[in-house]
Order: sequence, then C-alpha cells, then structure tokens
Amino acid sequence: MMKKQSSSKKMNPGVYFLINYSVPIIFTILVAFAIPLSKLSANYFVTEIMIRLSRNSFLILALLIPVMAGMGMNFGIVLGAMAGEIGLIFITDWQIVGMPGFLLAILISTPLAIIFGYFAGIVLNRAKGREMVTGFMVSFFMNGIYQLIVLYGMGNIIPILNPSILLPRGYGIRNAISLIGIRQVLDKLIPLKIGGILIPVATFLVITTLCVFIAWFRKTKLGQNMRTVGQDNEVARISGINVERTRILSIVISTVLACYGQIIFLQNIGTMNTYNSHEQVGVFAIAALLVGGASVAKANIPHVFIGVILFHTMFVVSPRAGKELMGQAQLGEYFRVFVSYGVIAFSLALYAWRKRVEKENERKKIMGYRKSILVK
Amino acid sequence: MESKEKYLLKMEQVNKDFYGNKVLKNINISVRPGEIIGLVGENGAGKSTLMNILFGNPIIHETGGFEGKIIFDGKEVNFASPFDAIDAGIGMVHQEFIFIPGFTATENILLNKEPTKYNFISEIFGDKLNLLNREEMKRRAIEAIKILEIELDPEMVVKEMPIGHKQFIEIAREIDRKSLKLLVLDEPTAVLTESEAGIVMKAIKKLAAQGISVIFISHRLQEILDSCDRIIVLKDGSVQKELIPSETNPREVAEYMIGHELTKSIWESKELRKISDTILEVNNLWVDMPGEQVNGTSFKVSRGEIFGIGGLTGQGKLGIANGIMGLYPAEGEVKFKGKPIYLNNSKYVLEQGMAFVSEDRRGLGLLLDQPIFENITFTAMQIKDKFLKCFLGGLIKWSDDKAMIKITKEYIDSLQIKCENEKQLARELSGGNQQKLCMAKVFVLQPELIFVSEPTRGIDVGAKSLVLDTLREYNSKYGITIIMASSELVELRSICERIAIVDEGRVTGILPPTAKSVEFGLLMLGKKSEIEEVVTNEGKD
Amino acid sequence: MKEKIKSIINSVGLPRIIIFFFLISLFVLAPFVGVSLDTSLNDVIVRFGMNGLLVLSLMPMVKAGCGLNFGLQLGIIAGLLGALTSIEMEIVGFAGFFTAVGVAIFFAVILGFLYGTLLNKIKGDEMVVATYVGFSSISFMCIMWLILPFKSPNMIWAYGGSGLRTTINTQGYWFHVLTDFLKINIGNHITFPTGTILFFALLTFLVWAFFRTKIGSAIIAAGSNPAYAKSCGVSVNKMRIVSVILSTVIAAIGIIVYQESFGFIQLYTAPLYMAFPAIAALLLGGASTEKASIKNVIIGVFLFQGILTMTPSVINNIIQSDMSETIRIIVSNGMIVYALTRRIERAR
Repeated sequence: MMKKQSSSKKMNPGVYFLINYSVPIIFTILVAFAIPLSKLSANYFVTEIMIRLSRNSFLILALLIPVMAGMGMNFGIVLGAMAGEIGLIFITDWQIVGMPGFLLAILISTPLAIIFGYFAGIVLNRAKGREMVTGFMVSFFMNGIYQLIVLYGMGNIIPILNPSILLPRGYGIRNAISLIGIRQVLDKLIPLKIGGILIPVATFLVITTLCVFIAWFRKTKLGQNMRTVGQDNEVARISGINVERTRILSIVISTVLACYGQIIFLQNIGTMNTYNSHEQVGVFAIAALLVGGASVAKANIPHVFIGVILFHTMFVVSPRAGKELMGQAQLGEYFRVFVSYGVIAFSLALYAWRKRVEKENERKKIMGYRKSILVK
Repeated sequence: MESKEKYLLKMEQVNKDFYGNKVLKNINISVRPGEIIGLVGENGAGKSTLMNILFGNPIIHETGGFEGKIIFDGKEVNFASPFDAIDAGIGMVHQEFIFIPGFTATENILLNKEPTKYNFISEIFGDKLNLLNREEMKRRAIEAIKILEIELDPEMVVKEMPIGHKQFIEIAREIDRKSLKLLVLDEPTAVLTESEAGIVMKAIKKLAAQGISVIFISHRLQEILDSCDRIIVLKDGSVQKELIPSETNPREVAEYMIGHELTKSIWESKELRKISDTILEVNNLWVDMPGEQVNGTSFKVSRGEIFGIGGLTGQGKLGIANGIMGLYPAEGEVKFKGKPIYLNNSKYVLEQGMAFVSEDRRGLGLLLDQPIFENITFTAMQIKDKFLKCFLGGLIKWSDDKAMIKITKEYIDSLQIKCENEKQLARELSGGNQQKLCMAKVFVLQPELIFVSEPTRGIDVGAKSLVLDTLREYNSKYGITIIMASSELVELRSICERIAIVDEGRVTGILPPTAKSVEFGLLMLGKKSEIEEVVTNEGKD
Repeated sequence: MKEKIKSIINSVGLPRIIIFFFLISLFVLAPFVGVSLDTSLNDVIVRFGMNGLLVLSLMPMVKAGCGLNFGLQLGIIAGLLGALTSIEMEIVGFAGFFTAVGVAIFFAVILGFLYGTLLNKIKGDEMVVATYVGFSSISFMCIMWLILPFKSPNMIWAYGGSGLRTTINTQGYWFHVLTDFLKINIGNHITFPTGTILFFALLTFLVWAFFRTKIGSAIIAAGSNPAYAKSCGVSVNKMRIVSVILSTVIAAIGIIVYQESFGFIQLYTAPLYMAFPAIAALLLGGASTEKASIKNVIIGVFLFQGILTMTPSVINNIIQSDMSETIRIIVSNGMIVYALTRRIERAR
C-alpha cells in the first residue's frame, strides 16, 4: 500500500505573492483602517512622515549589508547607536555646537563604533546559525557595559569637564541631556521651506548618498564576496573566500552606519535619553524594515522606505485611533508596541517556515526529475 | 630515455596509509598532455585517496602526508591546499555540486575569480572595492559554455536550471581557467541523461584535443571504453593493470577490477536452501537518500534467507534498507509477509516485525551519551512496551531498570561485548563493541527480518568474524531473515545465499556466491549484457 | 595537575568559575562591610523558592531539543490569568492558591499546545522566533488587561477607570500561604520557608519521575538525536509538543509561586523580560542550549539568586552606590551570550 504521493504543488502565482508579501499587505490594510479613525489632518500626516523619513532612514539602511552577508537582521545596531551617543556626550560636555559639533561627534564615535562592531562580529562568528538571538543578547549585554561606562565611569575615571550633565552624586551622566547645541544642525543646513514646513534637504542628501553607496557596494568584488558568503558559507570557503573576515566586515560597516544614523536621529530630536534612547532602536528599525517587505535573506533599498512610511504611519496613528475607538490612547500605544514585536515574530516565523517548505519542494523536484529520466 | 617533459603528470612510488592501514601501495602513474585517462576501481581501491593527494586536500596532510613524488609540468610538487593545485593548473570537478543556487550561471562560473574594473577607491581601501566587470564575466562564461556546445543561458539563475545543466556549470568553471592543464572529473555523468553524458564526453575530447589532459573516474564502463585513451585499473591500493580500450573488452577490465579471489562460501558444501515463501517483495522502490538514491528497483527475498546487496559506493545499495525502514523518503510497493506495508513510517515497519542495523552506527544506531542498558532496550520499550512497569491502568509507564539491566547482562554475555559494566556510556566502547550493541538492540525486538548495512565497517579483524557469525547464528537458530548490504564483496560471498548487485539505483542482477568474481564486476560496471552466468532477477519471476 | 585544572576549566567554563568565586568573595566580604550573613542566607533561600520553578520549567524543552525557552512569557501569561481568576472569584488561602494553579494549568495547556505547534514548523530557528512571540504576547496582554471584564475592586483602577491595575496585592488572598506553611523560625532573623521549598521539591520530583517513564525516555531521545529517535519509531514532533506543554505548565505554576512569595501580581510590561534571568540562571548552573538537568536548575538558581542578593548589599556598602542593576544586566546577559557562542561540544 503506497502512501499517497503528493506532487509538489505548483502554487498559484497570486497566492505565492500574497504569502511572500503578507506583512506589508496586512500592514497596509491596518493602516488604511486606522488613518480615518485617528481623524488626523493630511497636512499633519505628510509633515510627520517626512520628518520620520529623514530621521530614521539612515539607521534602517544600516541593516541592509548584514542581510547581504547572511547574518540576518542585525540586532547589534544598538551597539552602533551606543557609540554615537557616547560621542554626543563628549561634544555636549565640551560644549562644541553647530556643524563642527556634529562632525566632531561623528569623528569621536567612529573608532568606538568600529571596536564595538568588531567585537559583535567576532561573537556572531562563534554563534553561526543563531546570529539573530545572539545579536540581541549581545545588545542587552553591551547595554550593561554602556551603563558601566556612562553611569559609573564618566565623571570618575573618564573626566567630564562640565558638571551640569552629571548626576547630583558627582559621577554618572544625567538621564536626559539637551542637545540644543546641535539641534537640527544637519536638517537646517540647506534651508528650504515649503508652505511653512521645513524640509531637511541636507539630511535627505546624506540619505541619498548612503543609498548610492550601498548600491555601488553591491557591485564591487567585496560586495559579491558578501553575497556569496550570505548564500552559502561552505561554497564560499571552498572557493577561497575568507568567510569569517567577510562576516565581521559586514557587521563593522553596519555598526558604523548605525552610529551615524543614531547621531542623525538625535540631532533631529534635540534631546538624548542617555539610558533609553538606544533601547528600542533595534526593534523599531528591524520591524520597519520587515514591514517594508524585507526578509531575513533579502532586503533592499525600496524595502527601507516603504517600511518607514508604513511603520511610522501606524506609529503616529495608533494612539489617536485607540482613543477614538476604545476611549483610551493608552490602548493605541500598547497596540503599536504589540505590532512592532508581532511583525518581527511573524516575519521571522514565516521566513523559517518558508525556508523548510522550499527545501522540501526542491527535494521533490529533483526526485521527480530523476524519475522522468530514469523510468525505462 | 623518456624525458620528463613528455609527461604532464608523473606520480612515482606513491604510498599512503591512514592510521596504519595501507591504502595506496607504490602507485606509478603517468599522464601525457592531451591524454584522457580512465580510472576504474572497486570500493576502497584508492581512487579518491589518489585524487585527494594530487589535489592537495587537507585531509591528506592531517593524516600524515604521503610518500613518493609527484611531478607536474616538469616540477616536483606537493600541494599544501587545493588552491595551490588550482594555481598550478589542476582543476577538479567533484561529485557534490559546489555552486550558489541563487547566483546566475555567469556568477557561478566566475566564482571568486571575477574580473574587475579598476577605480581609484581601491588605492585606499584595497582592490576588493573594485567594481565587477560584468561584461567581461559574461564573455568568459559564454566562451566556456561554447566549448561544451550546449544551450545554456549565462544569465539564468542556477536554481532554476535542470540538473544536468548544473553539472555543466561545474565543468565550465574549471574550463574557464586559462591556466588549466589537467582536469580531474569524479563521476561527472552520475546525474546526467544519456544525451547529456554524451555532451560531456564530447567536450572532454575537445579539451584533450587542445592539449588539456583529463583524468576521468567513472564506473560506467561503456563511457570509459568509448572516450579514454588509456584505462588504469586500481585494486586494493595498487595499479592492477593499464589497458588500451581498443585492445581490451569489458570482461577483461572487470576481471582486473575484481580479481580472482576465491572466497570460501559457507554455501559451497551445503545444500542451497530451497526457495520457500517470499517474506519480502519489493516493487518499483524509489528512495531519496542523498548519495545512495534508489531508482525504481524490484526484488524478492525468501523467508529465512541471508540475502546480500552489493555494488559500488553511491549506487544505491544502502538506500534500499533506509527507504523501507522509513529513514528517508520512499515511494513504491513493498509487501511484507504478503501484506502491503506503509512506507515512510518507521514505527509501523518496526511493529510489523522488521528491524534495521544502520550503517551510520554512531549517528543513527546509538545514543552515545546514554548507558549501554538504555541503548539496548530503547526501541523495544517504545515499540513493544517492554521493560515497563505500568501503573494506574497503563496511564503511567515507568522504566523497569531491573529488567533492562538483566537483559543487557544476557547480551553482554552472549555477544561478548567488552565493557566495564552495563552502565557504561555507549560512547566509550570500541567500534566493534558498538556494532554488537546495535545488533543487540535489534535482537531484543525479536524481529522476523533484519536489514544490516555495512556490518563490519570500521571494525577490527577479530570482531568482524564475530559479527558475521552472530548474524548466521541468529539466522539458523531463530530463522530470522537477514538482508545485508555491504561494500565488501568478500564478506557478502562468505555468508549470503544470493547476492544482488545494485548499479545506478537498481538491482541489475542476482548471483549465487559461487559465481565467478568477474560476473560481479561486470554487473557493477553496468555491463549486464556480458554476463555468462544465469542470473536470477526475481522482480520478474 | 595542570592538565586536570585545564580540563575542568574547559568543561565547566571560565565565566561560571569566575562568577562562583565572585559569589564566594561576596559572602566572605559581607560581615566586614556590615552585612548580616544570616539575613543574606535567608534571603537567598527565600528567593530560591520564589524563582526555582520558573527555571525548572526551562528544562523539559531543552531536553526535547527545542532549545532555551525564550517564550517563557506564554507560561507566565497562563499563570497570571489563573491568579487573576482566583482573586476575581474571591477565593482565599490554600483554596485560592490551588484554584489559581488549576486555572493556570488549563490556559497553559492550550497555550503550550499552540506554541509547540508553531515551534515544530520552524525547527532550528526556535529561539529567535520564541523571543518575539513572547514579547508580542505580553504586549498583546497589555491591551487585554485594559479591556478584559474583571470586576473585583481589588484589581481594577479605583476611580472608575477601566482596566486592571499595574500591580495587584495578593495580601489577604493567598499571600505567603506556602511560605508560612510549616515555616521554621531560627533566631530573630531567619524564617525558613518550608512550604515553598517543599512545593518546589515536589514538582522537581514529579519532573524527574516524568523523565523516567516511557514518554520521558522518548523525549530525551528526540532531543539528543532526532534521527535516532525517528528510526526507533518515536514521533519527534509529538514529543516536542509534550515538552513545550510541560514547560509552559510549570512556568505558569512558577509565576504563581513567585507572586505568592513576592506579594504582588505584576501585569503589563513587568513580565516582558522575565525569560532572560531564568535562562541565565539555568545556564549558570551548567546547562547549555542542548543539555539541562535538575542539577543545573538547583545550582543555577542558587548561584544566580546569590549574586542578586549579595551584590546590592555588599557592593553598595563598599562603594556607596547601587550597582546591582548594571551588574545583573552584565551577568545574566553575558551568561546567555556565552552559552550561545559555545560550539556544540561533541560531534553527534
């Protein structure tokens, strides 16, 4: 008695599309419902989304290169954010303002970001196959190290000149620092006002430059090496590519970009929550990227922008919609946190499941092919 | 008299041993430029080891290197790694595909040797930041494909290609190297259709005509005879004979490959068992086991028989048992004791009365970190609820350690398993004793039919005979049917009543153990037509 | 001698040894900085009882090959629902406690089954998905706490607000029912929480016994070597689901014991990161992502709670500031990173 042989189902292309892009599709529907609910004006919307695009895109773009190298979603960009914040602490301390302050922050934090990224890269290399779990555990761990440096070291072993940013006890940085000195310094660099709204032209230019860089990088030999490593470590190794080094490099680049991204983010906001600003950086950036249609194995530039727009629309709209719908804005806030985590859980599970299904189908295809040529 | 320049490759007095086991003995091989050499040999003859040495495979260096000289292109060489061999002009196409499924054909052919366009940034950051020169890549890919004379779209993603084409990509990658002087192909036509195999043969001849030498390893005798200039037959680590295809025939090649060893079969002096009722009937069985595919085979086994399955490695003999026992996906019709059985269901098959001693002793046969007594009794506990104390009307099934230890002691005794005590971890036993442990595990189930694969692999000589004797004993005492798959023909011929040879995933013939060695060889080489003996192939009877 | 030391360091792992000696040194320092040794010891024992079950709950899933249970929060949610139901029904004392446990088990079985089915579909990637399933389910429950129709005045916001409070007092219901059960008073400062420890011992015994049954052996095989288990006729998928349900149930009971001892039911975002300390404790006790035993649980909880208790008191007295939070973050997360980067020691 034979077990029923299931032929590999040729999936209806429509169904295939729906499953592949289920996350952005579901999100679009959600957002479409929520926007009218929130009763926010179109003007407000457009301004908010534009600001958020300028503020967050750089950070999310930093996630693309590790995906190329097969490292999945780099939860370790938090380390880059921390490096950037340390740089900002120093320039605030030394009271260097304006563009020079901004550039100095970048200058100081770059070597720090490289060191953090290198450390993360080495740890991730030792955890092949579970890079993502290890990535966010490392980010939690580094948070502790960050606290050691900033909450205990600064003002003690690390000299701080300006006591106003220290805690009352004499050492350790305050919970919130004002970044008024560099506030919107990049955004306002090229002043352009349309209908009373400030357009951060310089920031968008910087973002565009990064996009060009990423596109160019993909076409280089190093980019090709990363793509090879990302698809199959063993084949890459047999072909002579230094797999470990390539992986570490991808994390270092990502961390440095995240560092700059966080500095850009904070210069727009104008204040820094010393201990909390970087906490959710990883989760929100990754959720946004996944909402844009990316997956653990594939992420490109359109995903970033679609993701920012969809995700941050939901973010803006939720509290209001919650209030209109259930009378509690709090509900909306919890809802958006739920959605952020939920998107990641759903996307990762979907990807893992699809990976296994594809492997199974591939096997069946080969079997079917063999039968067709060998049946005599 | 012959100057070294006449030969591209000369391997002189090459010897190699693995942990005291001599695998290559005084190999002398020479290859002229533009020559096509066919390398033929049984399992364990030394073909792969010889190629590993030539190609600088790290496994050779890690196990003590080799003795002898290799002279390539006029210089003595000892490659430290495959990359050195590649640089010197040796290319190798392995049996396992090495490509990136998501990349195009072009990208795969040029993998890690992509031509680049210079730009100034590389001055600062290194030449890895040069842009890939995609036009040049495409041009080179097309050139390599042209030599193969096939229709292949260089921009097609390899994942979507038919399997035969994937093999062509592998060959194209080696052909692309301008420095190529010697190409080694290890079973290149294994997954190809006849027409695709023909294309590969034609391409090889074209390369040879251009002065590139080819070493071609295959078990498909006809292909070897059709395309090679010279055939080298290896047996037991030494060069048995060199033959010219036009001056030899399949039978002669098979004879040299197998040898004339006369094995004493236990059945020579005994009456061959009368073919009684069929206990296992296999019809059109397909098994998807990577490396040992079964492609629609059929045969019958009689109750109480010791049935042997032999054949060259990778041809499918190990796949049969794995498929029927549900370890790998299988399709087809299998009847046990006349009743059709479900496939892909280990539990069901075990419950019906069949059991399996796997060739993967450490991976599938045992839980290495568990004590002996738990290993022996596990399957019986799960399938037949043995060694359990039941409480609350069967709701709680508690392990009965006392009973487990008792039966373990019995088997330690009867099979002479050397161990400290029954609580010792399975990991700590020697290979031979681990094998006895696997067999004990199966005997506890009291099955009616046992599949055994590679029963004496990796076991020292003393233990080998004990394992085989135990199988015979259980067969004659309890009437258990035994189906034994093994790479060692000698072993099969010593205790099996009938031996099936599996080639290209199918049983191509069944011979009595007393048949001439060359008959077995011909079946293994795919030359059934040359057989003189009467072959019983009971798929049809 | 040197070789022996080296091999011990390799197998136990340098971080664990460092932490062990760190703890010893804290105990040694304690009397010198004015921290009472017996109060500290008592604290450690009480916390052991409080947290032990949550760590125990991780063991079945590791044994079954599902990895570390980063989705512990699902069990916690089941436990919370049980606790809330019992208070809503105004049941006090032991009856209240066991009602909570009963309801919690009901929810835990359902959640565990769903969770296990999900994990089966993503074998190999369990840990990262579990983490975010855990996080999103806690966030989802945040919404639920706001809208579920609980009425008990002890639980909802006082001035006519809707939704449950952030923390709910168990005093007057089943606070300390276990802790005070058969408690032993030693001197002025020490109260041995016999009830809690007995309860922990009972459940530990049940878990140990479970793994001695037929199905328990099957789970161990499925976790050690799925191919082997399959070849012996064991359904690896079914075994995994059983282990996940078991883990979720124990976690649900565990959080109720925690609340019983602590005195408060914590809702909303408090349980968000509760998986990590439990996992860190298990790893500290010598477990890995593939291997966990009861010994690991007991040693781990003791060491981890020891660090958590001693560090604030001792170090704060030395350097006059509270570094305990930072040290906790470094130790527990560092332990998990270390375990994730350990190569799988033995080839299968």
